[in-house]
Amino acid sequence: MRDRKSKVSIGKVFFYVAAIAYAVIALGPFLWSLYTSLKPTSQVFNMWVPINQLNFHSYQNILTQFPFGRWLFNSIVVALIVTVGNLVVNTLAGYAFARLKFPLRGLIFYIFLGIMMIPGQVVLVPIYMLLAQWGWINSFQGLTIPFLMSPFMIFLARQFFLGMPKDLEEAGRIDGLTHWGVFFRIFLPLAGPMLSAQTIFTFQGNWNSFLWPVLLETQQNMYTLPVGLNSFYNQYNAFWNSVLAGDIMLTLPMIIVFVVFQRHFVRGIATTGIK
Amino acid sequence: MRRRKRISRSATSQAIAGYLFVLPAFVSLAVFIGGPILYSFYLSFFHFSYLDPQNATWAGLDNYLHLFVDPVFLQALTNTAEYSLGVVPVQTAIALLLALVVDRVKGKSLFRVIYYLPTVTSTVAVAVMFIFIFNPTGLLNTILLNFGIHGPNYFFDPNFALPSVMAMAVWSTVGQFMIIYLAGLQDIPEEVYEAAAIDGAKGFDLLRFITIPLLRRTSFLVIVMGMIGTFQVFDSVYVISQGNGGPMGATMTVVLDLFNKAFKDMNMGYASAMGFTLFAIILILTLVQNLVLGKED
Repeated sequence: MRDRKSKVSIGKVFFYVAAIAYAVIALGPFLWSLYTSLKPTSQVFNMWVPINQLNFHSYQNILTQFPFGRWLFNSIVVALIVTVGNLVVNTLAGYAFARLKFPLRGLIFYIFLGIMMIPGQVVLVPIYMLLAQWGWINSFQGLTIPFLMSPFMIFLARQFFLGMPKDLEEAGRIDGLTHWGVFFRIFLPLAGPMLSAQTIFTFQGNWNSFLWPVLLETQQNMYTLPVGLNSFYNQYNAFWNSVLAGDIMLTLPMIIVFVVFQRHFVRGIATTGIK
Repeated sequence: MRRRKRISRSATSQAIAGYLFVLPAFVSLAVFIGGPILYSFYLSFFHFSYLDPQNATWAGLDNYLHLFVDPVFLQALTNTAEYSLGVVPVQTAIALLLALVVDRVKGKSLFRVIYYLPTVTSTVAVAVMFIFIFNPTGLLNTILLNFGIHGPNYFFDPNFALPSVMAMAVWSTVGQFMIIYLAGLQDIPEEVYEAAAIDGAKGFDLLRFITIPLLRRTSFLVIVMGMIGTFQVFDSVYVISQGNGGPMGATMTVVLDLFNKAFKDMNMGYASAMGFTLFAIILILTLVQNLVLGKED
C-alpha cells in the first residue's frame, strides 16, 4: 500500500515537471520577444537589461515613424468584414443543408465538401487575374469579397443544426412562422456556441493570413499587419526592438481574442476535429 | 386532396427558402473557387504569361511533364517531402504526449491555453521571433554556449535552414493537435480502463494496448491534417528566405516555387500545372493513409 502511494506521487511529479517544462517552451519566445521589444536599441543583444532601462520607445517609433497604425487599421477592417460575411453566408447555407429539404440538396452539399479537399493555392493564378481585371488589386474589396465563404465552416454549421431536436421547427411552423421565421426566431438564438466557434476560427485565419495579402496588396498603405511586419523586418532588421514591437502588435490582439473566447475555441476544435 | 395541396405548397416554399439560404454561398463558390479551378485547369495546358496573354500557346501535357525535369521544382518537392516527413511524426508524438500529461494534471485549462498560444499566432510573427532567437548570437545559442555547444546560424546555413523551419513548425502546431487528442482521450470510456485493470494491465500496457489503439481515429485525423498543412507550407519560408527559398534553395517549397513561377516569372500555365500536381499529391497521400490507418474500421 505504501509502495503504491509513493509510486503514484513520483508519477505525479513527473507529469507536473513535463507540463511546466513545455509551458516554458511554449511561452518562452513570446516573453523573450516582449522583453527585447522594450530594450533600448543599443542593448538589444545584451541578454539581461535591468527593468529600469526598459521603455516603450520602439512602440512609439513604429507607430509614429512607420505606418503600423495604418496596417493595424487595415487588418482590423478586413478581418471584421470577412468574419461578419462568413458568419452570415456559412450559417445560412449550413442551416439549409441541415434542416430544409430541396431538390439536389445532397449533390450541392457534396460539391461543397469536395471543394474542401482542393488546396487554395490552386486558385492563386485565376483569382489574381480576375481581381486584376476588376481593378481590385490594392483594395479592400480584393481582400474581402473573394473570402466570404468557407466550405469548412458550412460543414461546422450543418453539423450543429443537424444535432438539434426535430420538434423545434414543427412547433414554429404550427405557430405560423415562415421558414425564415423558424431560422431567425428559433434556431439562430440557440446557435451561440457554434457562432462563436465560427467567429474565432474565421477571425484567426484572416488576421494571420499572409499568402493572399502579400499577393494582392503591393502598396504600402494597403498592407495588412503580417505583410507590413514582413516588409519592415526586411528593411530594418538591425532594429530588433522595433521589429519585435511590431511582432507583439500583430500577436497580442489575437492572443487577447483567444484568451477571452478560449472555451468556445477549444470546444470548436474538439467538435470539428473529431466529426 | 386539400391536405395534399397544402403539403406541396409547403414543400415548394421550403425549397425556395432552401435555395435562397444556399445562394450566397453558392455564388461565392462558383465565382471564387469552382470557376477559377476550372480555368486554372484549362490554363495548365497552355504556355501562358499574364503579361503577354495574346501569345498563349497550346502546351498539351508539356507543363506537367516539365515538372519532372525542373531542378527547382524537384528540390522544392524533396524539401517539402522532407519537411512533412520530419514535422508530422514529431508533432503527432509530442501532441499525444502533451495530451496525456495535461489530462493528468490540475490546471488543465491553463496549460491548454498556454500550449495553444503558438497556434493562434501569425506564422509571420512566429518566423520573425524565431529569426531573432535563432540568431548566431541569439537566445538559443547563448543557452547552448553554457553547455559548451557552439550553435550554427540556423536559418542562414544551408544544412540547418530546413530543420530549423521544421522545429519552428512543430512548436507552432503542437498545441492544435494536442487539443484534438485531448478530446479523443475524453471519448474513451472509463470502464475500458477499469476492465483492463481487472485483467491485470497497468501503466505502460494501458497506454500501448488501450489508449493508443482507441485513439486510432484521432491519430488518423491528426496525421492527415498535419500532412495537408505541411505540404502547403509557405508563410514561414517566405519570411525567412525573403521569398527566394534560400540559402541555396534549402527552404524552397512547392507552394513557394508555385508563387514565384506564377508571379515572378509570370509563367502562369506552368504554375497552374504545379497547383494541380500538389493537389494530386495531397489526395494520393490522404487516400494511402486512409487505406493504411483505416484498414480495420
